[in-house]
Parts: sequence; C-alpha cells; structure tokens
Amino acid sequence: MNNSVSSTLRLLGAGLRALLVLTLVTGVIYPLVVTGVAQALFHGKANGSEIKADGKAVGSSLIGQSYNLPLKKGQQTPDPDLKWFQGRPANGLGANSVNRQYTLLLSGATNLSADSKVLIQQVKDAKAAVVKDNSVPGYTVRPSEVPADAVTSSASGLDPNISPQYADIQVHRVAAKNGLSVAAVEKLVEDHTEGRTLGFMGEPRVNVLELNIALKALVAKS
Amino acid sequence: MGPVLAGILQLLALIGALALAYIPLGNYMAKVYSSDKHLRVEKWIYKGIGANPDTEMRWPAYLRGVLAFSAVSVLFLYLLQRLQGVLPGSLHFSSVNPAQSFNTAASFVTNTNWQSYYGEQTMGHVVQTAGLAVQNFVSAAVGIAVAVALVRGFARSRTGELGNFWADLVRGTIRILVPGAAIAAIVLVACGAIQNFSGIHEVGQFMGGSQQWNGGAVASQEAIKEFGTNGGGYFNANSAHPFENPTPFTNLFEIFLLLVIPFSLTRTFGVMVGSVKQGYAILATMAGIWVGFVALMMWTEFAHHGSALQAAGGAMEGKEVRFGIGSSSIFAVSTTLTSTGAVDSFHSSFTGLGGGITILGMQLGEIAPGGTGSGLYGMLIMAVIAVFIAGLMVGRTPEYLGKKIGSREIKLAACYILITPALVLVFTAASMALPTPPHSMLNSGAHGFSEVLYAFTSASNNNGSAFAGLNANTDWYNTMTGLAMILGRFLPMVFVLALAGSLGEQQPVPATAGTLRTEKPLFTGLLVGAILIITGLTYFPALALGPLAEGLAS
Repeated sequence: MNNSVSSTLRLLGAGLRALLVLTLVTGVIYPLVVTGVAQALFHGKANGSEIKADGKAVGSSLIGQSYNLPLKKGQQTPDPDLKWFQGRPANGLGANSVNRQYTLLLSGATNLSADSKVLIQQVKDAKAAVVKDNSVPGYTVRPSEVPADAVTSSASGLDPNISPQYADIQVHRVAAKNGLSVAAVEKLVEDHTEGRTLGFMGEPRVNVLELNIALKALVAKS
Repeated sequence: MGPVLAGILQLLALIGALALAYIPLGNYMAKVYSSDKHLRVEKWIYKGIGANPDTEMRWPAYLRGVLAFSAVSVLFLYLLQRLQGVLPGSLHFSSVNPAQSFNTAASFVTNTNWQSYYGEQTMGHVVQTAGLAVQNFVSAAVGIAVAVALVRGFARSRTGELGNFWADLVRGTIRILVPGAAIAAIVLVACGAIQNFSGIHEVGQFMGGSQQWNGGAVASQEAIKEFGTNGGGYFNANSAHPFENPTPFTNLFEIFLLLVIPFSLTRTFGVMVGSVKQGYAILATMAGIWVGFVALMMWTEFAHHGSALQAAGGAMEGKEVRFGIGSSSIFAVSTTLTSTGAVDSFHSSFTGLGGGITILGMQLGEIAPGGTGSGLYGMLIMAVIAVFIAGLMVGRTPEYLGKKIGSREIKLAACYILITPALVLVFTAASMALPTPPHSMLNSGAHGFSEVLYAFTSASNNNGSAFAGLNANTDWYNTMTGLAMILGRFLPMVFVLALAGSLGEQQPVPATAGTLRTEKPLFTGLLVGAILIITGLTYFPALALGPLAEGLAS
C-alpha cells in the first residue's frame, strides 16, 4: 500500500515537473519570441491595425463601429446617423458583465435559430428600416434589392465589412445627405470595394470605417 | 464568379494544400516518433522531469504517465484561474469561480476547449498565455502520443512495450507543435491578427467617444489552437473575431492548420506499420466523409431554408461578410469533424440541417480526420470493428495488419465505441428530465433540444464548439460538461492503450488468400459503412428529436 502511494506521488511529481518545464517553453518562451518578432516586423498589425484620420486614432480597420446619432431623451436605441454609411446589425454584441471596471467590447453572435420568431422579427424590422432609410426622392429601394448581410447580425458583432450590394443601395442616401453627387459617392464605393483574395477566397466587401473616412474627406473638400 | 463556385474553388485549394503537406509532414512525424536521438533541449527537459526517455513502457505504465500528467494539468490550470485575482499581469481581472474554473481546466486539458466564459472579460494575460495556451500544446501532444502508442502496438510483435510517454510528449511538443505554431503565428500576424502584451486598448471612434478592446498574445494562441485541434478562442467570438481571423486567406489557412496533422498522421501510421497503402486506405475513408459533409453543408447553407433566413434572403445570420457562406461552411464541417471546435460562424444560426451536420460530424466520433492523435486512434478502432464485421460475414477469424482480432481485442474496441454515446445520451437525457437545466436554453422546441444535445455531444467528444444559445455558465452545465469531457477523453484512452498492449504482444499471422485486404477500396467502403451505420443507429432517435425535426419543419 505504502509502496503504491509513494510510486503514485513520484509519478505525479514527474507530471508536475513536466508541466512546469513545458509551460516555460510553450507558455513563456514561445509567446515572447512570437511577440518579439511580430512587434519588430509587423508593428501596426500586431497592435490592432489602428487607423488615423486628421491625426487622431478613429478605431481599427478590422473592428466594426456604429455610426449613430447621440441618444435622445427617453430613447433606448439610438437612431443611425444617415450621413454616414452604415454597417451590419450587431445584435449579438455585448457589454462586459464581470470585471466591470472596464467597458470592453464583448464579441458575439445572436445564436438565434433559423426558425426563431425573435430572429424573424429582427430581420423584418431591419429590412423595413433599410428600405425606408435608403429610399430618397427619385430613388426607391425595393425589398428584394436588400442583401442578406444588411439585415442579419454578424458572427463577431464586430464585422468591419458590408457587401458591395449593401454599400450600393446606400449611395443615393449618402449623396443626398451630404450634398454630393451620386456619381462621386459611387466612385468612392467602387474605390473601396475589395474583391475576393486571388479571385476566389472569401467574398467581395467594403470596409465601412475606411469608406466613411474617405467620405468625410470628400465632404470637407467640396 | 458566383459564391458557390468560389466556395468550391476554396475547397479545392484546401485539398491541394493538404495533399502537398501530406507526405513530408507524415514522414517527418514518423521519424520524430521512431528516432533514437534526443535534441539537446529535449535532454534538458528530461533532466528537469527526472525521467529516462529510453525506458520502454508497457501499456499500464504508459497510461499512468498520461493520467498523472493530465491530472496535474487540471489542478494547475484550476489553481491558476482561482488565483487570477492576485496574479500579476492579469489586467486586474478577478478570480474565476470554482465551477467555471473546473470546467475550463477540464476543457483545455482534454483538448476540448469548451468555453462557458467570455474570453475578453474573464481571462487575463497570465491565464491565457501560461495556462490555456500551454494546454493547447500539451493536450495535443498527449493525443498524438496515445495514437503513436497504438500504432506501435500494430507495428511491434511479441512485446508489450509501447514506447516512453515522456519522450513522446516532449518530442511532439518540441519537434512538431512549437515550430509549426511559431511559423503559423507569424503568418497570422502578417495578415492582421494581434500579438502584444499591452493590456486593454482604448481607441477613439469615428463618431467620437472611444472603444475598449483587449490586447494580448492572440496570434500565438490562435496558431496552436488550430494546429493542435484545440479550438478555445482568445475572444468570445472565437475565429470569427477579426483579431483572431482577419482575412479570407487566414480563414482558409486556419482550416488548413486544423486539418493538416490529423490527415498527415495516416501517413505516419502507414510508414510506421511498413505499408503506406494502409495509410492511404484510412486517409481515403477520412477524406471521403469530410468532402461529403462539406458538400452537404454548402448545399444546405446556400439553399438557406428556415423562415428567418428566407426573410433575410441568405444564411448570413452569425456569419462574417469577409468569409461568406462557402468558406464558413468548410470551416464549420472541418471544426466538427476534427476535435477542434473553433468557429468562424455561429452554428446555432445555421439552417436546421446545417446544424444537424455539425452535430453528426462530432457524433461520428471525430475521426474524419478527427483531432490530433485522437482522430487516428478513433479511426483505427473503427477499422478493427469493420474488420470484425467482415470476418463475421465470411466466417473467418478477423485480422488487421497481421494481428488477430480476438475476443479481447473486440471487447476493448466495443467498450471504446460505447463510452461516448453513453455519455452524450445520458447527460442529455438528465438535462432534459431535471427541472432546472432546461432553463438555460435560448431557443424553444426542437432547436432548444438541439442546444443541449450539441453541448453534451461536443463535451463528450472533446470538440468544444457550441450551439452557443445555451447558457452553459451554470453550476449544472459547468460540472456536468466538465465530467463528460474528462470521462470522454480518458476512458477511451484506457481502452486504446490496453488494445495497443494486447496487439503488441501477439505474434503476427501471415497473410493468406483469405485475408481481407485492408489497403483496398473495398475495405474503405466497408469502413465508411460501418462508421455511418454504428453512429446512425446510436444517435438517430436523438437527431430526429432535434435537428431533423427542425430541418423538416422548415
């Protein structure tokens, strides 16, 4: 009995030493070396791909933002600021519930199922809003023209992109609200549309933050 | 080009890349586990452990090594989380509560990486990097070690010796996982994944105000998370988060990483048993199932059945624009057919049938191609069963790779395949029958049942992905999924190693005209059939209540 207890302890001791040594290799040396190389070679990317506009950091090109008007009194959800291109819905995005000394962005999806009544309502409301917001005198958006990404929440809640179709149906509204010509805004969207990588990877997309920064510059110029 | 064609081209590119890596990586891994030489750094490590890497172990000793190392790992990771509040470098995050700490410790040590916590608000640098990421490496190395021990059982004769666990653990980590992950991490950073230790970033926004995100060693963890088929995300959104998976290229690259070791291990197996054709037969089985599942998934996701998806005009709920439907479908199938469980899109919002495919993928036992190591040993167990069934058909004593499959061997294999279904079904039934656990379901009806079935399928098979609608951060789910993960990982290993010992002691029987040729397509077909029939019979009633009911209703 004593013998087996002591041999078990010896084995656990070996296990502990193995874990500590391997922690040193894979949990200390490995991440430090990778961080060192990453910071030396890809400083901007390793720190979150921040973008500046007018010398001020305005976010990360990889992280989606909201472009809303300030909350009015008694309002629960703010209205979108229709001067700017709008991103995807982010109903899965949360705020932190532990360690609340921070106000961290909590990435996430809605996880609602394909036949969920709540989701059906969210999609219908979003579609009606997209049609209403983007129909301006002389240009009417038909519900069938609204792409799926405009009315569904992304997986991370932080999707920085929209489909070129969603950008296209916002062009007339953005042009009207900013006093720009439709052609100029169309050109802007075209310049910020990224195709599939090597022609086949992923889907074509428009980065909303970059597009809005360019739009702001264009408005300032005109 | 339409999205469907682009999806197919991405699949073909992935197959091409995996094919290119197959022979070099498979041969290299065979060399790693067969070599007599020790690297200098390995000698230091053995000295630190106090183990002689040249001592051969019989199966009970090998198993004791696996269990001792894993037990210590669970305890260490548990304590690290419990003490987070007083550890330096933890962003002043508080300690994690006991049930959740146990769940997370069990989860990462068993290569499951089920997460009942939100990474960005719960785990600081120390726990993420020195705790969770370490288990990403070593749990994968343990899986490969057990698979290699089984292969040695087939390859060796008249000896019960299966190699040295410490040597296999250290070599897998030092010679395969660390170099592979380091290269992959740099590639990910080059594409935009973050890698820093600067804590919480506060960055201005376009409309004014600011947003806060976590910095951290994300790319280094992301790389081994995929390469070791782990799947535990640094952030809650896992590989959908732009800092973990920034571009369409990184998405395909991450799928490649999570598939490359499990597929290539069939080459390692072929080389070690002295017939690479035997490896090809196993590879063909794995690849056939994987491609078939991807095709089904793409079909159902592009067709987007389900009222909400119809209303939206596409299955984009819970998916990212940069990946689109095609690439997300490949990721979803690959992550659930391996033991990874990372997600780049949220399975709960897939079509009813798409969600069912992810569940069925896990229920096959994650063997096509399965986790690092666990995929190969799971598939070899199924091969033993298939050989046995074929033997019954022709009334001959079955044999596989020159080893007789006698009553001891078939009993061990049968125990192996019974454990996981028993865990899945018993825990799911208990969760539905007891009064409180069902309250955790986000969706109602068939989909709510699928959430619970998914949770225990994922935990018992050590996958770690979720129908994340389920609120799994309750004492019940933290404790029960934790137990399911531990039992679902280590009980099968007991039978695998016992089988390895029993095979190794045998004298090989020469092949005769009546021997089933296990390197031929006929056997591959038989093996696929055995897998689908056994899984189908086991899980059909549960699947009919959940995803099938939902899929047929829409």
